[in-house]
Amino acid sequence: MNSPLMKRRSLLQAAAAGLAASALPFGAAKAQSPIVLGAVYVGARDDFGWNQAHAVAMDILKQVEGVTVIEEENVPETDAVAQSMESMINLDGANLILATSFGYYNPFVVDVAKKYPNVQFRHAAPLWNEATDPKNAGSYFCYLNQAHYVDGVAAGLSTTSNKIGFVAAKPIPSVLSNINSVLLGAKSVNPDATVQVIFTGEWSLPVREAEASNALIDAGCDVITCHVDGPKVVIETAESRGVKSCGHNASQAPLAPNGFITGAEYKWETIYKIYADALAKGEELPNFIAGGYHNDMLRNSAYGAGATEEAIKAADAAIEGLKSGSPIYVGPLKDNQGNVVIETTMDNYDPVLDGMNYLLEGVQGSIT
Amino acid sequence: MTVVASDVPVARFRLGLGAIHTIEAILIPVGALIASAILFSIFLLILGKSPITFFSLIWTGGFGSAFSIQNTLQRSAPLILTGLAFAIPARIGLTLIGAEGALVLGGFAAAVTAIPLVTGGVTPVIGLPLMAISAMAVGAVWIGLAGWLRHYRGVNETISSLLLSYIAIAIMNFFVEGLLRDPGSANKPSTMPIGDAYRIGPMPGTSVHWGLAAGLVLAVALYILMSRTTFGFAARMTGGNVRAAQAQGLPVGMLVVGCCAIAGLCAGLAGFFEVAAVHGQANASLVAGYGFTGILVAFLARQNPLAVVPVAIMFGALAAAGGLVQRRMGMPDATVLVLQGIIFVVLLTSETFYGRIPFLQARRSGERT
Repeated sequence: MNSPLMKRRSLLQAAAAGLAASALPFGAAKAQSPIVLGAVYVGARDDFGWNQAHAVAMDILKQVEGVTVIEEENVPETDAVAQSMESMINLDGANLILATSFGYYNPFVVDVAKKYPNVQFRHAAPLWNEATDPKNAGSYFCYLNQAHYVDGVAAGLSTTSNKIGFVAAKPIPSVLSNINSVLLGAKSVNPDATVQVIFTGEWSLPVREAEASNALIDAGCDVITCHVDGPKVVIETAESRGVKSCGHNASQAPLAPNGFITGAEYKWETIYKIYADALAKGEELPNFIAGGYHNDMLRNSAYGAGATEEAIKAADAAIEGLKSGSPIYVGPLKDNQGNVVIETTMDNYDPVLDGMNYLLEGVQGSIT
Repeated sequence: MTVVASDVPVARFRLGLGAIHTIEAILIPVGALIASAILFSIFLLILGKSPITFFSLIWTGGFGSAFSIQNTLQRSAPLILTGLAFAIPARIGLTLIGAEGALVLGGFAAAVTAIPLVTGGVTPVIGLPLMAISAMAVGAVWIGLAGWLRHYRGVNETISSLLLSYIAIAIMNFFVEGLLRDPGSANKPSTMPIGDAYRIGPMPGTSVHWGLAAGLVLAVALYILMSRTTFGFAARMTGGNVRAAQAQGLPVGMLVVGCCAIAGLCAGLAGFFEVAAVHGQANASLVAGYGFTGILVAFLARQNPLAVVPVAIMFGALAAAGGLVQRRMGMPDATVLVLQGIIFVVLLTSETFYGRIPFLQARRSGERT
């Protein structure tokens, strides 16, 4: 979060170069010792959400020769994850630990990384701080808000009530950025579109998520999207109420055969292949990888039955725009309290956006 | 009146009642464990997995290496304390399941006490005991409240302690996410970190924190209390029959609240160690389910404070090996929970065997003349 702008840009360029390199046939050099990737998930592997997105990517890694993948699911954000990581290192010989949940980093990944300097640790959120954190730890993250922007574009053309409902977990910067991006995407094609948001307070609370979805639909929203760990409940609720939906994390298209438009999906395998490749060649792993559309770390789910021709065309155009770097946050922008929060147009990877703590004008809802 | 020798109940093998009870207390729980293992093996075979692999992985993950043993002990430390928190009130006839709330609130109290101590630069030698005392006091008050409600107002203690648990967790969340939130913990609301000076380190030569030692000491102390002191005797008598105890003039109210306070003290101490030795601050990580696993531990230990220790270690081993089983056998995380559930149900069923095993039954021989 404290990386200067130039450092972030150069790291992104390095990541893009690394990606280009990893597009070459894998296994050019034989690994010295077996590569064991240990992945820790906070929820179930088949949750149609955050954890499934990682599990799907790890399944792709399992096919790679010379790589062993071990996974542990349902590890809560408590001391249990420190013990799981240590168990993977001591009993399974893991040399790269992928800690996938937000709350794993402080203090668990940091402390365990200090204890095992020969093992690499990577965490799926932009929290690694070069000044204070150990060198064998690092972060990887995708700016999913770009894919949410595309969702917003498609949703803006699919809504008739001009109300898009958003079920959100916790009001942390990446979640807020997703909400704001949906709004901006919708407004870019439909100036009257608004977003209504309800925060459930925790990453996975199925009952509250169902209640929030129903409340939003009752309030007039006819497209529902979300940022929770397992969007299964939200999408299924929307489908059963007959409203359209946009997905998140993984593809929920099978759950909503009538109303699914598209979804914001991570393409974690891009990053995992970079890591596995570096381990195989005995190279240093990059400490900070961030990406978006421009370096193939995101995708939007295949369009479902809820997507109209018009929406598909606009969404595809938005994706092309993002790949060439067209900005989402075009200033000046106000928050929904009336203060100007963004003055000039911001680059999609500007670190200032990592501290986002507001909802833009046009979003109904509050952070506290 | 002469008492004839034949009045004294005698088992077939000439064992006294005390010996019968001790044998039963070991044989039946061990039998329950074996029966659970068999049932679980059938479950695994139906799923197409090998029970032998499963149990050998439990051994490897629980006790198979120095790392495994330390992992097991680390996980059993809070379970000893929460097991005691259920066992002590159970002796007085109360089913208190509120250890989770007492643990959370105790840990929270310790973290809050630490705030003025750490900022004021008080030495940990004074500060840590103060934190422990506040954690134990808050835990004692919290569970003592459930006991008070039971004795003086007739409120069912199981329900009240469970609901108090939820209230405790909500209180902690309210303050940790609001008033007492450390500004540096933006992404995971927590209280102010107690700092490295205040962190309780591991016991020398191991990586297990001192909470294990505290648990062992308390287990022995409470065993002595319940079986060798008049307080313990009075408590057990009240647990056997409240009316009889009252008729004897025992201070039942004070015994009830006292035992509940002891239980809360144990759970609060567990919370203190979670904050001071493991996390360094109070946040939602405190709600880890130790209180509820402690219930199972106490049941399997037949509410005996000394037996709580090996049972807690066994559950620690199950938890430690659970991750390994998941990774090596590709089984879902709930597998170990299924095993725990089977153990619990078989254990409850095994309760019916007390006094019913043929060769261990006491018989009266002959008539009185």
